[in-house]
Amino acid sequence: MNAPLRRVAISVLVLFTLLIVNVNIIQVVRSDELRDDQRNTRVLAEEYDRERGSIVVAGNEIAVSVPTEDRLEYLRTYPEGPLYAPVTGYYSLVYGNTALEDAENDVLSGEDDRLFVRRIADLFTGRDPAGGDVVLTLDPAVQQAAMAGLEGVTGAVVALDPTTGAILGMASTPSYDPAQLSSHDPEGIRTYMEQITAGDGPDPRVNRAIADNYPPGSLFKVIVSAAALEEGYAPDTVVPAPDIMTLPQTTQQLRNFNNSSCSPSQEQPLIDALTISCNTAFAQLGIDLGEDKIREKAEAFGLDDERMEIPLPVAGSHVGEIESDAALGQTSIGQRDVRMTVLQAAMVAATVANDGVQMKPYLVDQLLAPDLSVIDETDPEELREPISAQVADQLTEMMTSVVARGSGRAARIQGMEVAGKTGTAQVREDLPDHNWFMGFAPADDPKIAVAVFVANGGGTGGDTSAPIARQVMQAYFEGQGG
Amino acid sequence: MPGPLTDPRGTAAGATPTRRGTEAALLAFAVVITVVAQIMVDLTVTGSLRPEMAGFSVWITALWVVAHLVVRKWASYADPLLLPAVALLVGLGLTVIHRLDLAAEQVGSTVTREDAPVQLIWATLGVALFVGFLVAVRDHRSLARFAYTLALVGIVLLALPAVLPASMSEVNGAKIWIRVAGFSIQPGEFAKLCLIVFFAAYLEDKRDVLALASRKVAGLELPRGRDLGPVLLAWVLSILVLVFERDLGSSLLLFGIFVVMLYVATERASWLFIGLGLFAGGALIAYQIFAHVQARVDTWLSPSDYYDGAGYQVMQSLFGLGTGGLFGAGLGGGRPDQVPVAKSDFIASAVGEELGLFGLVAVIIVYLVLVERGLRTSLVVRDAFGKLLAAGLAFAIAWQVFVVLGGVTGLLPLTGLTTPFLAYGGSSLVANFVLVAMLVRISDAARRPVTPQAAPVRLGDAPTEVVTP
Repeated sequence: MNAPLRRVAISVLVLFTLLIVNVNIIQVVRSDELRDDQRNTRVLAEEYDRERGSIVVAGNEIAVSVPTEDRLEYLRTYPEGPLYAPVTGYYSLVYGNTALEDAENDVLSGEDDRLFVRRIADLFTGRDPAGGDVVLTLDPAVQQAAMAGLEGVTGAVVALDPTTGAILGMASTPSYDPAQLSSHDPEGIRTYMEQITAGDGPDPRVNRAIADNYPPGSLFKVIVSAAALEEGYAPDTVVPAPDIMTLPQTTQQLRNFNNSSCSPSQEQPLIDALTISCNTAFAQLGIDLGEDKIREKAEAFGLDDERMEIPLPVAGSHVGEIESDAALGQTSIGQRDVRMTVLQAAMVAATVANDGVQMKPYLVDQLLAPDLSVIDETDPEELREPISAQVADQLTEMMTSVVARGSGRAARIQGMEVAGKTGTAQVREDLPDHNWFMGFAPADDPKIAVAVFVANGGGTGGDTSAPIARQVMQAYFEGQGG
Repeated sequence: MPGPLTDPRGTAAGATPTRRGTEAALLAFAVVITVVAQIMVDLTVTGSLRPEMAGFSVWITALWVVAHLVVRKWASYADPLLLPAVALLVGLGLTVIHRLDLAAEQVGSTVTREDAPVQLIWATLGVALFVGFLVAVRDHRSLARFAYTLALVGIVLLALPAVLPASMSEVNGAKIWIRVAGFSIQPGEFAKLCLIVFFAAYLEDKRDVLALASRKVAGLELPRGRDLGPVLLAWVLSILVLVFERDLGSSLLLFGIFVVMLYVATERASWLFIGLGLFAGGALIAYQIFAHVQARVDTWLSPSDYYDGAGYQVMQSLFGLGTGGLFGAGLGGGRPDQVPVAKSDFIASAVGEELGLFGLVAVIIVYLVLVERGLRTSLVVRDAFGKLLAAGLAFAIAWQVFVVLGGVTGLLPLTGLTTPFLAYGGSSLVANFVLVAMLVRISDAARRPVTPQAAPVRLGDAPTEVVTP
């Protein structure tokens, strides 16, 4: 009977080898797949068992984890609801993390290397591991004014401290309530998601301040002006400003807004052309300066198609293809393929405000350990110097004129000089125009730079967006006790 | 594998070492691992040692000391690896069950009551029966005398749950229990032992007939029609278990054991083919007829698709294993309590989640050692009954481990079998202790020198007790 016994022994060995191979496949080959499976609540439960750090604005927690009685120990709440949603994003069982909940996840969850020493200490002291806090640069007054200004429209506002690059406000509409997407009820989460993304309307999850770029229209004239001033033009240099301009090598006619006339003499000083936003003057000026000068200046301001992180990812801005002088003429008035993010527009205004020095925009001021000690702090950083201080002064003078007596009069603030530029960009024949405004105040000692974008607002930058910019700047100064 | 299966009697005759020292050292190792693992669980989950820890350590040590001393006295030539392998598995099982008890505190846990102390009682009872068996049964061949009685007992035990009202026998759809006065036992576990003893005795008796009388059909030696009786009977029995108790596991287990023992007894591969054919036919018919078998198979093929139903357990088990990865979450570091019935059917996934691939493979290897030592005992023992019995017992463990672990890891459809020695469950633990007592008894006979020479013993060196077979 020993021969079959030996065969049985070998068969058993084979069966057990099968078991071991199968276990290897599960625990090694399929390990990541199984660990990351949406339905595997182990890793998730571990994450939810930990007190996630808060996102803080001016001492108030705008995203905070609170203990619960249910299966997952902590619930993510957003006390301000939709107000900060474009910045915080959500922390969802079903849809994952977005915006800062994603970009700063390591710190918030306590995984960040800068919290490493503390985690080791937690091991020995038996303290529950917790995440660190993320303190933002936002100013609540600015944020509220921006969101209030955008109520009922689709658009975005960005406000910067021109001297540091700190982002004071970042609004995007329509918004949503991140708490609804961060609950512990997957059904409720899905229902809310369907509700906010239903239909063809604008997607509330998109942060229009940074996630997308748009044709800037006449905002671009500031960059063309900068190129001209660098080339020896002065604000009072007289430039051609015909009523109707035929674009070179085409029969296409370029007109001014509402077919109006810029000047009875068909020419005017550069400052006046910007003040009334004369299309023919800037198209001709761009063609006279040439593609290289325009492109070079635009790229110097940051329209270089590069993405950046603030730490939220920011879409690139660009000048686009310029195939001909005709295209150059259209590009010079911010049409054709020119695209800017709202943040980029704010950065252009801030650069002029900051004597030609562009600061790197940032949203996170400090990172705090769970014991509130500072583990990291953002130092303001110079990004570029696209224009000289002298050109910046001349541009400030011209942009002040825009608000004082030109297309941007709706941005005027009592007792304070405001500099700015309006933009009204044609999108498509069948869609209303985009309405822009960018500016800063006070013109002589700028504290805040703002860009306002209203998508398909249908009006002009001057009547739709400039008032919102004024409200935002006023809110800022009132908040500062001014 | 020539190494481990070589005949130890090949060494100098009469000088066979008893290897009791090896056994003692390995048992000590198993006890240390058990106690250290228990301490790790307590420290990781609760942060402090439980007050009962000292008592537990003493208790578990005492269990193995007693078992070892009894083996030393009444089965002194027994295989030295059998008992330590069991001790390691039981200790690890107690640890994982205790760990799952603690998880009852955690949110989202499926654990509802404390089972480790009860399991310790069962283990103690198991050791008591182990000791009792070794003391009472000095020669395994005496079991053969009760073969037909045991067969009757086995069939009654097996059939009892089927005839009892569902309220007394049904848990989670399987009618395999006897529940009386708060106690529930799975008689199938004991029936398994009775039937293996019967198979061994019966096959020893009939093996010549079954092996020799045959005719050749298409190159294959086929047994005569009337000799097919026993295998058909076993097959029918398995089918009955499947039909009336909805117990796929026991059905598969009994039939597999019988076919393998038949093969060993007759040395005829044709029995294996006949067995496989009958199994395949039975499985096919069962799949066609029984919804619960169909559901099991469908779930096995794509557990993910049945996540909200029958596939939930296996998927949770796979999630646990996958999350555990190579090294595991550490004892007390994972969430094995998220797998339903982690303490019994799915204890292996708890081991895999917290001790990782290394821990789970180590456990599989310990089982392999246990089984191969049992098979080696079968090879070495001289009498045919002992050979068949040891082979049946060893293969029973192997087959059960394969079917259970295969089910838990998605290799095979899920069956209702328990993981021997590891899983929570009194009947299974106690029955398996008796099983290993039988193996120990046979291995003692196997390794004992053939003719204990009256070697010249100087009076001064004479042992205080002279062991006689």
